[in-house]
Amino acid sequence: MSQLIQLAANGQASIVADAWIRVVPPAAGEESVRKQAGKVVLFKLTGEQTYTAEQIANTEIPATGKILVPLTIWQARKAELQSRLAAGELGIVLATNETAEALQAEFTDLNTLPLIAVFVERFADGRIFTLGNWLRTRFGFKNELRAIGDVLRDQLFFHKRAGFNSFLIRADRSAEDALASLNDFSQPYQGGVADVPVWRRVNRA
Amino acid sequence: MYKYDPIDQQIVNERVAQYRDQTRRYLAGELTDEEYRPLRLQNGLYIQRHAPMLRIAVPYGLISSKQLRKLGDIAQKYDRGYGHFSTRQNLQLNWPKLEDTPEILAELATVEMHAIQTSGNCIRNITTDQFAGIAPDEIIDPRAIAEIMRQWSTFHPEFALLPRKFKIAVSGTEKDRAIVQAHDIGLEFYKDVQGQMAIKVWVGGGLGRTPILGTVIREHLEWQHVLSYCEAVIRVYNIHGRRDNAYKARIKILVKALGIEEFKRQVEEEWAHLKDGPLTITQNELDRVAKYFEPMPYKTLPAHDASFDAAVASNPAFAAWVKRCVQPHRVPGYRAVTLSLKPHGKAPGDITSEQMHVVADLADAYSFGELRSSHEQNLILADVQVSDLFAVWEKAREAGLATPNIGLLTDIICCPGGDFCSLANAKSIPIAEAIQMQFDNLDYLYEIGDLELNISGCMNACGHHHVGHIGILGVDKDGSEWYQVTVGGKQGNDASIGAVIGPSFSAEEMPGVVQRLIEVYVRERQDEERFIDTVRRLGVAPFKAHVYAEKETA
Repeated sequence: MSQLIQLAANGQASIVADAWIRVVPPAAGEESVRKQAGKVVLFKLTGEQTYTAEQIANTEIPATGKILVPLTIWQARKAELQSRLAAGELGIVLATNETAEALQAEFTDLNTLPLIAVFVERFADGRIFTLGNWLRTRFGFKNELRAIGDVLRDQLFFHKRAGFNSFLIRADRSAEDALASLNDFSQPYQGGVADVPVWRRVNRA
Repeated sequence: MYKYDPIDQQIVNERVAQYRDQTRRYLAGELTDEEYRPLRLQNGLYIQRHAPMLRIAVPYGLISSKQLRKLGDIAQKYDRGYGHFSTRQNLQLNWPKLEDTPEILAELATVEMHAIQTSGNCIRNITTDQFAGIAPDEIIDPRAIAEIMRQWSTFHPEFALLPRKFKIAVSGTEKDRAIVQAHDIGLEFYKDVQGQMAIKVWVGGGLGRTPILGTVIREHLEWQHVLSYCEAVIRVYNIHGRRDNAYKARIKILVKALGIEEFKRQVEEEWAHLKDGPLTITQNELDRVAKYFEPMPYKTLPAHDASFDAAVASNPAFAAWVKRCVQPHRVPGYRAVTLSLKPHGKAPGDITSEQMHVVADLADAYSFGELRSSHEQNLILADVQVSDLFAVWEKAREAGLATPNIGLLTDIICCPGGDFCSLANAKSIPIAEAIQMQFDNLDYLYEIGDLELNISGCMNACGHHHVGHIGILGVDKDGSEWYQVTVGGKQGNDASIGAVIGPSFSAEEMPGVVQRLIEVYVRERQDEERFIDTVRRLGVAPFKAHVYAEKETA
């Protein structure tokens, strides 16, 4: 059973097969993990480089199919990925400590990417919402915007309103159950990426 | 006060359903503790020492008699027959069962109440002056904007999981009573040179572990842009605030780290994208909400009432109460009445179900059916006719709600502390009670005069100890409870953070320590000086000397 929920243009949600292969760098060598003991979290959350040069070099990239690649891998190995981009087979993963500007610097027109995914390591990291909002409203991204990582049903309504239109539910949870949470509220107060504040939406007088 | 329309009602109803299902899944083991935690917190539910604690929202401290009766009934049915008013003007229940909380929320929804975002890393209940709308020194009544902001912040999709909690206060008076400088965002309303409603924006204030007073980030903000501007501030914070260390995660730390100029630059850059967009508040929406906060249908009354004057002249107890518990009103012939939730020897801010019913009845009979809660943890009848004051006093006194100590040493601001709160390092309520009993002499209290004494059971500073004229902080030393004392803190326009006088004290020593601080004040004060004025004139040294000199010879 697929873990991927997708919203159609009309807002209808369904569980669909995932056509994308996620490219994940190999785990860091034991040595470097040990050296960073106790500091790993700090590095990631303060925006330090997540992957080492060794990890990036050793990342295996499938030769065929649609691939979803971390921004840092693209930055380091874009020459070999260029043809995949041209073929519409490249999607980029942005981590929550990376910026939409960094992505923009790589792709002048973000809409050459059929898919951007934002990876959230812990569900409580609310930066994913601002990133989604920025990508949609500031950078004009129109294609599929996917939440991946620690994605749970109780945050889905916020993800949706922050501009995400697909959600890869964490492997140990039911995507089927999660569908219900996309419609927790029928008439939210404030605007979201796709709507305006309620007082501009309906006549409350 | 604001009344729900079908949209507001639907949102709280849907919230009850959502939370009911989340709690069901948690109890069924489908959600881990860690996953359920932010969900329950954003609904005001803490897991506490003895039982969960449920914090119910009282938006900007405004509550109707009907709502207060419902709170009384809920406290009776699901708790131990009492509640506790907090320093964010909310009501806390100390003993509900977790399984009952969805039902409590469903009952609250029937009277247009909820517990949304009373805790957790999100935008919290917006607080304001308890005399909003009636204070003689008020320039702008900020409640309509506060309500518009309450709606905007409720389930805000982008700010649902901030680095840390986010507190906003609004105030529209000459004398600040909402401690706007001790908030993540403080909004000070005023009339600009064109006579238009404008806002001075403070940012990066907060008490807690690192007490910092806010800095002005914008001197003049047109009211139409308050949502877009706050959104820009919080967006910069959401992205750049620290998430690796909860103690360094508040916006104040980010503002200090970047410097106000750089922080402001980033906010203004963000705001340039948002300004004049859909977040711009329309006159139409302001008018729609403002009509709920129009002045009450006051009678035309003389400024003086002969029977009231006679009662004051002949009844010293009533006169004492009038002096401390009756506050001025902008309309002639009306006054505000503060019902003291600080009787000596009881937990500050606590109120029983029976008292809630008495207060609700008083509000119906004498104050248009409405009440306010203050961050000083008292209740206010805002619109009482002068000729009714004596009757209100008699009924309040009968219910134990007329201790004439408002603004005095025993009107202690106090968090629930170690008796209830699992975060606390030390107990706070017994300290408050012991100090109240030490000073259980009204003549002596009047002799001491205006004095604010605030107690927090831990660094989180729910009892606002940093801004108390005397502040007491519970600390943990090798597993036992000690108390650190500060003097010279103050709320208001000239707010300040108190200075620590020296090594901490045991619980038993605390009443004596306060006593000695007072002795220095009584000895040194000049003319009409209040305690805080004497501290500011002399500094901490003489207070420190006297407190610790006694300690050494003892």
